[in-house]
Amino acid sequence: MRNSSMSPPSVPAYASAARLHPLPLRIMHWINAAAIFIMIGSGWKIYNDDVIFGFLHFPDWLVIGKWAQYGLQWHFFGMWIFVLNGLAYLAYGIASGRFRRKLFPISIGEVFATVGDALRFRLRHDDLTHYNAVQKILYLGVMLVGVLIVISGLALWKPIQFSALAGLFGSFQTIRLVHFLCMSAIVAFIMVHVALALLVPQSLVAMLTGGPVVDDGKPRAAPAGPEVEATQ
Amino acid sequence: MPIRFPTPSLLRLRKPSGESGKERLDVDNIDRRGLIRGAASIGALGLLTGCDVSENDGVQKFLRTVSAWNDGVQETIFRPTHLAPTFSPSQVVKPPRFNAYYDIEDVKPVDGATWKLELVGRIGNKQPWTAQQIYQLPQQEIIIRHICVEGWDYIGQWSGPNLRDFLQRVGADLTAKYVYFVCADNYTESIDMACALHPQTILATKYAGDIITDPFGFPLRLRTSTKLGYKNAKWIKAIEVTNDFRETFWSKQGFNWFAGI
Repeated sequence: MRNSSMSPPSVPAYASAARLHPLPLRIMHWINAAAIFIMIGSGWKIYNDDVIFGFLHFPDWLVIGKWAQYGLQWHFFGMWIFVLNGLAYLAYGIASGRFRRKLFPISIGEVFATVGDALRFRLRHDDLTHYNAVQKILYLGVMLVGVLIVISGLALWKPIQFSALAGLFGSFQTIRLVHFLCMSAIVAFIMVHVALALLVPQSLVAMLTGGPVVDDGKPRAAPAGPEVEATQ
Repeated sequence: MPIRFPTPSLLRLRKPSGESGKERLDVDNIDRRGLIRGAASIGALGLLTGCDVSENDGVQKFLRTVSAWNDGVQETIFRPTHLAPTFSPSQVVKPPRFNAYYDIEDVKPVDGATWKLELVGRIGNKQPWTAQQIYQLPQQEIIIRHICVEGWDYIGQWSGPNLRDFLQRVGADLTAKYVYFVCADNYTESIDMACALHPQTILATKYAGDIITDPFGFPLRLRTSTKLGYKNAKWIKAIEVTNDFRETFWSKQGFNWFAGI
C-alpha cells in the first residue's frame, strides 16, 4: 500500500524501506576505513625498519608509531579489526545478495564504454544506485587484494606454523613483497575512491545517511493486508 | 591454554591483568574514561600534532593488553612437533648476520676458559656446566631460517645440544611454563616450555661447523626455528626453569613476548 499522502513523507514511510547502503554496510565501511588507516600507517613504520626498496622510506610524520614496537603493536591490534570486519562484510555481501546485484554481471563492452565516457568527461554520476563496469571491477579487485593481503600477512606472521602457506610464495622476502604490493594497490584504490567521493559528494553523504531508497530486488511485503489478517 | 591468561577471553582486553607489576602500577592511575578518550582521539592527535599517542599511558596499556592476548593466540596455534623447513649447507650465509641492542664493535667477548653455565629454578641437578662439558654432549645440527622482527632473514647452520635433551639430562621440570635466559650482556629472554621442547630448539655452540665467534654469542646461544630472532638469547650465562612470567629485555620495551613464527 502506498499511503504517502496520509503520512508525513519523512521517517515512518521510509523506515523499513531498503536504502542504497543499509546500516550494517555503512557501519562496516567506516570500521574498515579506520582499520585500513591503522594497518597502512603502522605497516609503513614496520617497513621502515628494513626497507624493501632503497629509495622508499616513509617519512616519520606519515607513519603510526614513533618506535618500531609501537608500529608492531598497532599492526597486530588493527589486524583483528580488519580481518573480523572484513569477514563480516564478505558474509553480508554474499548472504544478502548485494555483491551479486551490484557487482555482476560485468560486460567487457561496458568496461570499454565506461572508460571511453570517463576519458571524454561524460561519465554520469546522477544514479548512485548503479555501479558502472569500471567501478564493479575496482570494487571486486580491491576485495580480492584485501583477501590476498590477509593471506600474505598470515604467512608473514607465522611462516613456520603455516609453512605450507608460506611455501606457496617462495622465499620469506617474496611474502613481504606481495604484502607490500597489496598495500600499494589498496593505497592506489583509496586515492581514486576518496577523490571520486569528494567529486561526487552525494556518494559520500550516502555512505553516511544510507542514500536513496532503492528496490533491493526482494519481493515486497507491502500488499499483504487482507491475506495476513485472514491468516491470523 | 594461553600462558599469561588462564582462559582466553576478549573480555580480558577491558580488564588488564597479568602484566608485570611495574606496568600495572602505571595504569592503575588511569580511569576507564581516560582510556576511551585516549582511544577516541588517536586519529585526531596523530594527524594534527604529529605527537605519538602510542606513548599515552592508556593507549599503551591497551596495546600491550592486545599484545598479551596475541601471545595466547600464538600459543594456541603453535604446533609442538611441526618442523620448520630446513635447507642445504650451500644456502648458508657466512658469517651469520649480527644483531643485538648495540653495535658489533661494542660486543664484549666472553672468556670461554672461565665461563660457566649456571642453572637455576626448577632443575634437579644445578651443577654449573663448562664449555668443554657442553661440547661433549650429543650435537644436533639444524639449517634453518632466521627471521628478524625488522623483516630481514637469512639461512644459518647451527649445532649444539638439543635443549629438550639437555633439560631432561639436568632433571628440569618439563611441566614448568617458562625457560628463562640471562645473558652476559645483561640481555634477558624467555620462551614457553612448548618452544623449549620443540625438536628444532638447540643450545648452539657452533655455526657452519666451527665454534661460534664472539659477536654471535660465544660460547652458548639459543637457536629455535619457531621464534623471531630476538628470542634467541646469545652469550647465555644462566638458564632458569620457572613458572613465573617475567618481562624480558624487549618485551619491557613493548615488543611482543611470544614472538612465534
